[in-house]
Amino acid sequence: MAHAHSVKRHKGLMDWLTTVDHKKIAILYLIAGGLFFGIGGIEALLIRVQLAKPMNDFVTAQQFNELITMHGTTMIFLGVMPVIFALMNAVVPLQIGARDVAFPFLNSLGFWTFLFGGLLLNLSWVMGGAPDAGWTSYTPLSSTTYSLTHGVDFYTIGLQIAGLGTLIGGINFLATIITMRAPGMSFMRMPMFTWTSFVTSAMILFAFPAVTVGLVLLSFDRILGANFFNVEAGGNPVLWQHIFWIFGHPEVYILILPAFGVISEVVSTFSRKRLFGYSSMVFATILIAFLGFMVWAHHMFTTGMGPVANALFSIATMLIAVPTGIKIFNWLFTMWGGQIRFTTANLFAAGFIPTFVMGGVTGVMLASAPADYQYHDTYFVVAHFHYVIVGGLVLGLFAGLHYWWPKMFGRVLNEGLGKVEFWTFIIGFHLTFFVQHFLGLIGMQRRVFTYLPNQGFDLMNLISTIGAFLMGVGVIIFLVNVAISFKQPKGVAGDVWEDGRTLEWAIPSPPPEYNFKQTPLVRGIDAFWKEKMAGNTEMTPAEPVGPIHMPSPTILPFVMSVGLFIAGLGFMFTSDDFGNSLLNFLFSNYIITGIGLAITFGSMLLRSLYDDHGWHIEPEEMNDKGVKA
Amino acid sequence: MIGQVVFNWICQKPVHNRKKTEKWGRSMMKPWKAVKRLVPLFAGLALLLSACGREDLSVLRPQGTVAEGQLGLIKLSITIMVAVMIIVFGIAAYVWIKFRRKPGQTDVPKQVEGNFKLEIIWTAIPLVLVLILAVATVQKVFAYGENYSADKNAVKVKVTSHLFWWEFSYPDYGVTTAQDLIIPTGKKIALELKTADVLHSFWVPSLAGKTDTNTDGTINNAWIQADKEGVYLGKCAELCGPSHAFMEFKVKSVSEDSFNNWVEAMKAPAVLPEDPAVAEVFKNQCLTCHAVGDQGGPVGPNLTGIGSRETVASILLNEEGSGKPAGGKPVKDNMVEWLNDPQKVKPGNKMPQPKEDLGLTDEEIDAIAQYLADYKLSY
Amino acid sequence: MTTPHAQQASGALPHEPEKATLEGRNKVLGFWLFLGGEAVLFGTLFATFLTLRNQVADGPSASELFSLPITAAATFILLISSLTSVFAIQAMHRGNRTSLARWLGITVVLGLAFLVLEIYEFTEYIVHDDYGMTTSAFSSAFYTLVGFHGAHVLFGILWISILIGQLFKKGLTVVTAPKVYVSAMYWHFIDVVWVFIFTVVYLLGKVVG
Repeated sequence: MAHAHSVKRHKGLMDWLTTVDHKKIAILYLIAGGLFFGIGGIEALLIRVQLAKPMNDFVTAQQFNELITMHGTTMIFLGVMPVIFALMNAVVPLQIGARDVAFPFLNSLGFWTFLFGGLLLNLSWVMGGAPDAGWTSYTPLSSTTYSLTHGVDFYTIGLQIAGLGTLIGGINFLATIITMRAPGMSFMRMPMFTWTSFVTSAMILFAFPAVTVGLVLLSFDRILGANFFNVEAGGNPVLWQHIFWIFGHPEVYILILPAFGVISEVVSTFSRKRLFGYSSMVFATILIAFLGFMVWAHHMFTTGMGPVANALFSIATMLIAVPTGIKIFNWLFTMWGGQIRFTTANLFAAGFIPTFVMGGVTGVMLASAPADYQYHDTYFVVAHFHYVIVGGLVLGLFAGLHYWWPKMFGRVLNEGLGKVEFWTFIIGFHLTFFVQHFLGLIGMQRRVFTYLPNQGFDLMNLISTIGAFLMGVGVIIFLVNVAISFKQPKGVAGDVWEDGRTLEWAIPSPPPEYNFKQTPLVRGIDAFWKEKMAGNTEMTPAEPVGPIHMPSPTILPFVMSVGLFIAGLGFMFTSDDFGNSLLNFLFSNYIITGIGLAITFGSMLLRSLYDDHGWHIEPEEMNDKGVKA
Repeated sequence: MIGQVVFNWICQKPVHNRKKTEKWGRSMMKPWKAVKRLVPLFAGLALLLSACGREDLSVLRPQGTVAEGQLGLIKLSITIMVAVMIIVFGIAAYVWIKFRRKPGQTDVPKQVEGNFKLEIIWTAIPLVLVLILAVATVQKVFAYGENYSADKNAVKVKVTSHLFWWEFSYPDYGVTTAQDLIIPTGKKIALELKTADVLHSFWVPSLAGKTDTNTDGTINNAWIQADKEGVYLGKCAELCGPSHAFMEFKVKSVSEDSFNNWVEAMKAPAVLPEDPAVAEVFKNQCLTCHAVGDQGGPVGPNLTGIGSRETVASILLNEEGSGKPAGGKPVKDNMVEWLNDPQKVKPGNKMPQPKEDLGLTDEEIDAIAQYLADYKLSY
Repeated sequence: MTTPHAQQASGALPHEPEKATLEGRNKVLGFWLFLGGEAVLFGTLFATFLTLRNQVADGPSASELFSLPITAAATFILLISSLTSVFAIQAMHRGNRTSLARWLGITVVLGLAFLVLEIYEFTEYIVHDDYGMTTSAFSSAFYTLVGFHGAHVLFGILWISILIGQLFKKGLTVVTAPKVYVSAMYWHFIDVVWVFIFTVVYLLGKVVG
C-alpha cells in the first residue's frame, strides 16, 4: 500500500518543464548552454569583424562595448557553466552508482533560475541597451553616472538570478557526492570527474555568495541610490574590484577543474590504462582549489596595492603552476605505455594538453607583477585567458560531449565528421589567439573598439578574425554532427567505447529512468573495469531487486524562477517613467517586484505544505534488456 | 635560453646596447643549433611580427630603464616557459606516436598506479623554476614600486586622467599641459597619478608598464625614464567608455635645455587671436573650459602651444609632428575636423559640439583653428 | 529503501527523527552546506561594512547614531530565542509534539519582538534623524548588512510559523522532523550572525567610534 501513490506522468513539453530526472536536466542544461554559447559566439564574431581592419565602423564604440561585455558575461556565466552542469548532471550520479541526485527538486530549480537569469540578462539587447562596462563592470564606469542605460541593471539582476541557480546546483552536487555514493565507493575510489565536480561544487559554494553580495551592492547603488562605490559620499570603488575578483578568480578554477576531470577520464579510457598518480591528482585538484581563493589580487597589480602585496600575490599565483604541472605529467604518463586510440573525444583531450600548457605558462608569466604591469589589460591577457578557457575548458567540454554523448542520448556522434570538427576548431583557435599574445606585447590594449593604422596591428588582427570564423565553422560542423546523430536509431551498447572503466558504462545507453536496477557494489577504483578484468560482464549488485522510489515531477521550480524573473524586472524599472500612470504606479511602488516574489515564495510554501511522496517503479516494470546493473 | 635568443634575434638588434646582444649571440650558439628544426617556425614568426612592433610603442623594444627591466623579466619567464613547453610537447609527441593502439591489439596494458620518484621530480622541478622567477619578481616589484616624488633630481609630474584625455601638471614649474607629456631625457620622472572621473590606466609600453589612476581618491606613484630623445606613444589601458580606444597620449623626451625652454614658453603670457571678433568668441566659448597661458579654465585640456603638439585630440596625427607620422595631416586641418564634429572623432567625449551647442559658424571655426594651429612654442 | 510514510505508518518515531531517512539526512547535510554559503555571504557584507564604517560623509557617525540599550535588548531577546529553539529540538527528540510546538511558538514570538525593535530602530533613524540608505557609504553598508539580517529573521519567523502549522496538521513525522531541525539550524545561524553584528556594528561603532 505504501507504493500505491499514483503519479501524473507528463508528456512532451510539460515533461521537460516538470522533470526532476538528472539525465533530462542534463539535456536541458546542454540546450540552454548551447543557446547562450551560440549567442556569445555570434557576439565574438561581431567583435572580430569590427577589429578585422583599423578604423573600422562596422559597429559603433557604444555597441562594441556592449558586445564585449555581453560576450564575456554570456560565455563565462551562461555559456560554459551550464555545459559543465550538463556533464555533471549526466555523469556524476551514474559514476557514483546513484539513482538520482540528493535534491532532485533543487536540481530542477537550479536549472530554471539559471535559465531565467540568463534570459533576463540577454533581454537587455531589446530593452534599451546591453550592459557596457565590461564583464568586470568596474565602478564607477558601471554607475548610473557613466552607464546611462539599464544595461548594467540587467547585468546585476540577471547574474544574481543565474548565480542563484549555480549556487543551488553546487550545493546539490556536494550533497549528492557526499551521501549518494554506492556501497564501496569510498572517496578515494571516486572517478576523477566526480572528484573535480565535487571540488568545483565546493568552490561554487564559497565563491558565488561573494559575487552575490557584490551584485547586491552594485544594484543598490544603481537602483536605490546607495553609496557603496560613490566616492563623494565616502564609497570605495576599489572595494568592487576586490569583491569581484574574490569571486572571479575562483570562478576560473570552477570552470577549469571539471575539464581536468573530463580529460582524466578520456585519456585513461582511450589509453586503456588507469589514471597515473590518482592520489596526487586528487591532491592537486584540492590544492588548486585552495590556492585559487588566495590569489584574486593578481588581477589588480596595477591598482597600487604596494610592493609587498604585489610580491605576495605574485608568488602565491606562481605556486598554482606546481599542482597544475602534476596534472599535466600525470596525463602524459597515463598515456605512456598505454594503447592510445584517437577517437574524436581523445583528439580533443590530446589537443587540450599542449593548448592548456600554453595557457598555463602565460599564466605564470602574468603572475610576475612587474612584468604584468606590461601585460595587464592588453591582448596578451586576452590571449592567455582564451587559451585557458577555450583551449582548456572548451576543448575539454568537447572531449566530454563526444565521450558521453552515447551515454546521454544512446547515439554516437560521427567520428569522421568529429575529426574534421576538431581540426577546424583547434586550427581556428590557435590562429585566433596565438597572434594576440604578440598584439598585446607590441602595444595593443584590450577592449578597444578600433585602432589607428600604422601601429603594426593590422595583419595580426586580420589573422585573428579569420581564425575566429574557422572556429565558428568548427562549431557548425559539431551542430551538423549532432543533427545527423539524431537520425540514427537509439540504443548503442552500454559500454560503447569498449574500454569503459567507470560505473556509467555498466548500464545501458541511455540509462533507464532509475539508472541502476540494483545498486552496484564497488570493489575498487575504476569499478567497472575491475569487474571486467575479473571476467564479469556486469557489476555485482549490492541489494536485491525491489521497487524503486522516484521523486515526482513538479512545475514549481519553473514557476519559482518565473517569479524571480518578474521580481527582477520589476525591481530594475522602479524609477522609470513609462508615460503611463498605471505602469508607473505598479513599478515605483514595488508592486511588480512584490508579485514576482509572491509567486516565488508562494511556490516555496506549496512545496513545504504538500509533501512529495514520490512514486515507485515496480520490478516488473524494469524489463529493459540488460538493465541489471 | 631559447627565449633570450629569439628575443635578441628578432627584437633587439637595432637597440643601442649592441654589446649585450653580441655577448648573448655568441654564447647561445650551441642551443641555437640544437633547435635547428624550429628555425623555420621562428623565421615565419619573425615575418609575422614585422620586427616586434614599433620602437615607440612596443614592450619588446624598450626605450627606458623601467621597460628594459620589465622586458628582462619577461625574457626570463619566457625562457623558463619555453623550456617547460618543449619538455611537455616532446613527451606528448613521443607518447602519441609510440603508444598508438595497433590494429587488432587486444592485450591489456600494465595498469600503473603511479611512480613516487617521477611524481617527486615533476613536483620539485617546477617548484624550483617558480622560485627562480619569484626571486626576480620580488626584486623588481620593489625596484619599480620606489617612490621618487621626494627626490630632488627627479621631475615631478601630476597626471590626471579625464574622459578621454590626459592632463599633466608640473608642480615644481607651475605649468600644466595636456596630451603631450614633455620630459627631459635621462632623468627620473616621478609620476603622481589620479583620475577626474572613471578608472583609467597610464601606459607607455616602450617606457614602463601600467599604473591605474584610481577612483577612490588615492594617488598612485610610478616613475619613468627615457634613455634617449624621442616621442613615445602612451595609451589608456582600462576600459573607460566609448572612446577608450582613442584615449592616447604622447611622451616627448627632449634635452634638458629644450625642456627648460619649453617650461619658459609655457609660462609666457597667453597669446590671443589677433582679430578681436575671433578673440571674443574664443574667450567666451572656449576659455570657459580650456586655458591658454594664464587665462581660461581648467575643465578641458590646456591649449597652450597646441600648434606644436603631436596630435589634435590625441588621434588626429599632425603632419608637422616628430618623424612625420604616416597618415598625418596639417594641424589646421585636424583642428577643423575636430571642431566640426568632436563626437565623430571621439565618440562620447565631454566637449560641447561647437556648432550645435555653442553656435560657432564655419568661419569662426576656421579662424579659431587657424589661430590654434599657429599657437606654437619654440623649445 | 525506507520510505517516510512507511515509518509513519509503523508508528514508532526514532530518537533522531530528522536523520531517520536518507531524505532527512540529505536535508540536514544540504542545509549545513547552504549555511556555509550564507557564512561567505555575511562575511562579504561584514568586510564591506568594515571597509566603509568610517565613511560617513556629511551624515552622522556610528557613535552619534546608535543607542546601545535598544540593540542590547534585541541581542538579549535573540539569544534567548536561540535557547528556546534548542528546547524545541530537545522536545522533538523526546517525541513530544506539543512541547515542540510550544517552544517553537515562543521562538517565533521572540523573533517578532526582535524584529519590532529593529523596525523601531530603523524608523527612528529614517524619520527622526533623516538618515537613510543614500546618506553616506556608511549608512548604505549599515542598512544593507543589518537589513539583510533582518530579512533573514523575517523569513525565519514565517518559516517556523508554517512549520508549527504543519506539526499540528501532519504530526511529528520523519518528514516534518528534518524541516523543524534545519529551521532550528537556520535560527542558530542568524543568531550567531547577530552576535557579530552587535559586536562589529554597534559595540565597535559606539565604543571605538
